[in-house]
Amino acid sequence: MKELVGRPYHELRPRLGKDLSVRELVDAYLENIERLDGQVRAYLTVTADQARAQAQELDGRLARGEPLPPLAGMPVAVKDNLCTRGVRTTCGSRILEPFVPPYDATAVQRLREAGAVLLGKTNLDEFAMGSSTENSGFFPTRNPWRLDHVPGGSSGGSAAAVAAGEALAALGSDTGGSIRQPASLCGVVGLKPTYGRVSRYGLVAFASSLDQIGPLSLDVRDCALVLQVISGHDPHDSTSVDLPVPDFVASLEAGVRGLRVGVPAEFFGEGLQPGVRQAVLEAVRVLEGLGARVEEVALPTLEYALPTYYLIACAEASSNLARYDGVAYGYRSPRADDLYTLYARTRAEGFGPEVKRRIMLGTFALSEGYYEGFYKKAQQVRTLVRRDFDRCFQRVDVLATPTSPVAGFRLGERTADPLQMYLADVYTIPVNLAGLPGISVPCGFVDGLPVGLQLVGRPFEEATVLRVAYAYEQATEWHRHRCPFLRG
Amino acid sequence: MRITPEVVERVARLSRLELTEEERATYASQLSSILEYFARLDRLPTEGVEPTSHAIRVTNVFRPDQVMPSLPVEAVVAMAPQAHEGFVVVPRVLEAEE
Repeated sequence: MKELVGRPYHELRPRLGKDLSVRELVDAYLENIERLDGQVRAYLTVTADQARAQAQELDGRLARGEPLPPLAGMPVAVKDNLCTRGVRTTCGSRILEPFVPPYDATAVQRLREAGAVLLGKTNLDEFAMGSSTENSGFFPTRNPWRLDHVPGGSSGGSAAAVAAGEALAALGSDTGGSIRQPASLCGVVGLKPTYGRVSRYGLVAFASSLDQIGPLSLDVRDCALVLQVISGHDPHDSTSVDLPVPDFVASLEAGVRGLRVGVPAEFFGEGLQPGVRQAVLEAVRVLEGLGARVEEVALPTLEYALPTYYLIACAEASSNLARYDGVAYGYRSPRADDLYTLYARTRAEGFGPEVKRRIMLGTFALSEGYYEGFYKKAQQVRTLVRRDFDRCFQRVDVLATPTSPVAGFRLGERTADPLQMYLADVYTIPVNLAGLPGISVPCGFVDGLPVGLQLVGRPFEEATVLRVAYAYEQATEWHRHRCPFLRG
Repeated sequence: MRITPEVVERVARLSRLELTEEERATYASQLSSILEYFARLDRLPTEGVEPTSHAIRVTNVFRPDQVMPSLPVEAVVAMAPQAHEGFVVVPRVLEAEE
């Protein structure tokens, strides 16, 4: 089992049908979940029986010599805000605890069609609102590198699962950094595609103008493999873009010679942990050594991105979450005799404190007398943030920044002060405001905790982002480090 | 920006959230400090700047108005906390007529 878990899919795939069956691979992962998840707590639901049945079916196809789909036998986990037909989808919230969707999210359906085997649903901050997975309505997930530290969030369950060898890859969602930040804290690869690249159909909406689904994986090649499968237009999501999907794997090895890498000075200022700064600047030097041209660029609106994001995201959330009213599905308060009380009490009992805070912040920002000063102002600043990026991308091809200002933090360290928690996403948020593709790849350690390098590209240039990430990864060893659970 | 417990209560009502007195006080102080931090946006001049609602251009998408199969009524109603003969049950909203 040991030699199977923690190895990237692209290394295992050639062995399928030879000295390795899908059932063996899936069993190895299920056993590892059994062994570790009592401590890591990455999963809200494990679908072991279905996974074994699907593995069996794939082995049958192998035995009959049928051609294997691109992700055949890949044991994957899915964040619990993505709808899975017949499998409970809670969003990490009590209000959706009883919810069993009658359909699959498009990204999930595409994974299944590509032969990936769903192991279960991973924990998250309630409705993806948070940066530590401590806002889950059920329990916090822990960082497999150090159990008294958070795995980041909101896709903390997905990141921890991949890091602990409890899934070979996972899907997350990223509204302000929720794939990249936990990927950074857990030492795995996480990519947020361009807004519109991946269908959001079946993703429980948080902030619809910012949300994107993306992969978390052990290395860049696996990331490209999963992205390939989930990308593309979907008539069920009118914001998914009808553009051809390039071959992400084919362009991985093109190298970075002559490519221009921008380093925005604002991302290296106050609040950045010295060890993180050092690791990221060293990573930039590695890219330079590979032939990239490094230039300093400016993103002066960085300090305005955080409030802009929270105003927009909360405004959209306050509207999106209006649907949880105890009427058609989910939790309903048993203590209500009239309709208003049914709504207000269901929501009071079903939502946790951070979700309530954001609903109220958003409702306030949209309410009469405050709309112009808050919501509209934020949308205008969003334009300025976008223009900053446009200016950068006239001069450079990708931007290199830290993913997170710190390598990690302890459970409970930031829960008392919401603003401190919000600052965990300060470097990832602008990328969502501008709708750009961004990836986090491991680039070092501070006190035994992984550090992530964020690479950001032009809209729909995931291929470039992946190519730079791959070149960096191949030149370094960081992506081969595994958490203590998977060593010897 | 000072957010009073009264403002919190008004916003909570608009949001259909029942709050305890303790929650009202906590949210008043937390929302105050969050909005105080957000006030830095006022330092940035935005006169004449177009607001952005989506970073990537989105346009209306049209399709032919065709009848397509939808989820079966039973599957949908089965998700409801309380249902009766294919309908979702909620507390009475109209007075019964004599």
